[in-house]
Amino acid sequence: MKVQILGIGCPKCRKLEANARKAIDELGIDAEVEKVQDIKKISTFGVMMTPALTIDGKVKCSGEIASPEKIKKWLQEAG
Amino acid sequence: MWISILFSGVQALLEYLSAHVLACLVPAFFIAGAISSMIRKEVILKYFGPGANKGLSYAVASVAGTVLAVCSCTILPLFSGIYTMGAGIGPATTFLYSGPAINLLAIIYSARLLGGDLGLARAAGAVSFSIIIGLIMSAVFEKKRKEKAEFAPAANPEKPQKSGLATLLFFADLVAILFMGAWGKWWTVSFLLAMLLILLKLWFTKEEVLSWLRSTWQFVLLILPWLLVGVFAAGIIKAILPPEVIQTWVGGNALRPNFIASVVGALMYFATLTEVPILKAFLDLGMGKGPALALLLAGPALSLPNMLVIRSIMGTKKALVYIGLVVVMSTLIGMIFGNFVF
Repeated sequence: MKVQILGIGCPKCRKLEANARKAIDELGIDAEVEKVQDIKKISTFGVMMTPALTIDGKVKCSGEIASPEKIKKWLQEAG
Repeated sequence: MWISILFSGVQALLEYLSAHVLACLVPAFFIAGAISSMIRKEVILKYFGPGANKGLSYAVASVAGTVLAVCSCTILPLFSGIYTMGAGIGPATTFLYSGPAINLLAIIYSARLLGGDLGLARAAGAVSFSIIIGLIMSAVFEKKRKEKAEFAPAANPEKPQKSGLATLLFFADLVAILFMGAWGKWWTVSFLLAMLLILLKLWFTKEEVLSWLRSTWQFVLLILPWLLVGVFAAGIIKAILPPEVIQTWVGGNALRPNFIASVVGALMYFATLTEVPILKAFLDLGMGKGPALALLLAGPALSLPNMLVIRSIMGTKKALVYIGLVVVMSTLIGMIFGNFVF
């Protein structure tokens, strides 16, 4: 499973990344976290508000800092 | 020598903290937090899509900064998105120019510290001229752009919209607190606060209130440290810059001071809101109000690092045209307001 954090590197994006890592750790699953900081690449996801989070290429949230609980739920749904 | 310079910085900080200049920002932070946690941004983003009505796109782009923009890290992705996937170069540049100038915290803070006229001029100037810049960019470049990528706004299905009335009352109450607080009507403020509690109790869930407080706190963490650094820097500027320098270069409202202020503003990087105390120092040293406005407009919209990102999105030629337009327009607004309005 692949989790991507989209954001150009502001504090909010770092917070979202930390939340995602926490969620993955707590679930004990094997997932790769990748940061996408190139603004052109971010646009190709159809995301306008950062930070955003994708799981296996699908955008789960944008413009908000999702809590670890929310991210856990998405991770479990994605299986 | 340098001890007295440092002392001047510390003194500026202390003056700020004790004179309640920052107090006006407390309710403003709460409002910004409420906007970010409770308003669905998708509603606004829809006006930036490729199929959206052009006139509406420009109108919404010129004022959307009030709600959407808080720092350049939200503005640049939005700009890139509107440009590559959505309504195109016109509304994108409109948003890029007006966004930083009309975010809520910036207007309130400018009006409080620099005077109501300059605060209002900043907002009005940014909104009207951003549309002109957008139209020019679109007239020059739009036809040459061929394919548009598919526009697929990412939905946030899990964010339910509150009932309109509850949200409206909530925001009205917050804004009322802001004004009454600035006015010093503390009895009214405490009454409004009580009303706010009742509103929250009646219509808002615990989760919503928590998320509001959380995003408010995030804004404080994001902005306040930089703001204090800016205040400190402003104190130092006042101590080391001789007033003659400011008066010679940016005093008065002629073309040259306005142009210089606009170019300096375009190159300098200001963290959110720090432009305000620094400008206040310049004004105290004898800067004209017109040039001050020019700097306020060009400053947050552009900076060297920001120019590089814009260039990587639009290409060198368009970026240069945009930068040129910003400098020219800001100079013009500075002159117009400096000579006819203030």
